[in-house]
Amino acid sequence: MSLIFAAFISALLFGIGLGVAGMTLPTKVIGFLDVSGNWDPSLAFVMIGAIAVHSVSYRLITKRASPILTTRFQIPTKRQIDPKLILGSVLFGAGWGLGGFCPGPAIVAAVSGGPSVLVFLGSMIAGVYLHQFVHKLLYSKGG
Amino acid sequence: MPLVGGVFIGVSASLLLLLKGRIFGVSGILAGVLIPKAGDTAWRAASLVGLVTAGVLLQMFHPASLAVASDGTYWRYIAAGLLVGFGTQLGSGCTSGHGVCGISRLSLRSILATLTFIAAGMIMVASLRALGVLS
Repeated sequence: MSLIFAAFISALLFGIGLGVAGMTLPTKVIGFLDVSGNWDPSLAFVMIGAIAVHSVSYRLITKRASPILTTRFQIPTKRQIDPKLILGSVLFGAGWGLGGFCPGPAIVAAVSGGPSVLVFLGSMIAGVYLHQFVHKLLYSKGG
Repeated sequence: MPLVGGVFIGVSASLLLLLKGRIFGVSGILAGVLIPKAGDTAWRAASLVGLVTAGVLLQMFHPASLAVASDGTYWRYIAAGLLVGFGTQLGSGCTSGHGVCGISRLSLRSILATLTFIAAGMIMVASLRALGVLS
């Protein structure tokens, strides 16, 4: 139960941070990406603030033998730079620029009930399933 | 306010790591709920509830943050959603997992992913501008 609560509280704070930062406003996000037009670089400070905190806390936290509520840290270990990483990031970035939403802000902003964000969220979910379908299709042979 | 919001994000990602030992990556959390794996879904579902609850609080106390303009061109949001959903799964992460958590631990994969998706986003917006879609 405490694990569930920990995840809930972390995500609650995270979502409020997204809203306070302006990440939930697609016009603001598109302004950040609009280097050839009315560039608004202010959202860079979201990443700067988040990384400033987390890069320090990450080092302190992972010095512990284990997290507080579980037995081990589960940090991604993959090191390989593969085409999937780059192609996936190209597609994600294109969608981010096109709609002005990335996954977290879309979930938070969906509460507004705005048609554009709801259409985006529905399509994003479809995109996750589409990837699962394609992945199974390509990698089903030999598990 | 972007810096304040960023600090919130950094603190919350640290909280999840300290308590549960997991990376706060929204695209991975979402996929883990949509395509459940036994025993590893409840905390992800709770995270999604947390994000939605944040939306409710923002709507109540800071509604300007959710004032999402709708220009009525749904094709754009359909295509954008599909690209973001598919792309984040193929690329194993989004702005939170790669951009915040990955860069913080100096993962080369995440640094390259972040540079790539920001560049792709900039190229997309420049293309929209060239096509006259953005005013």
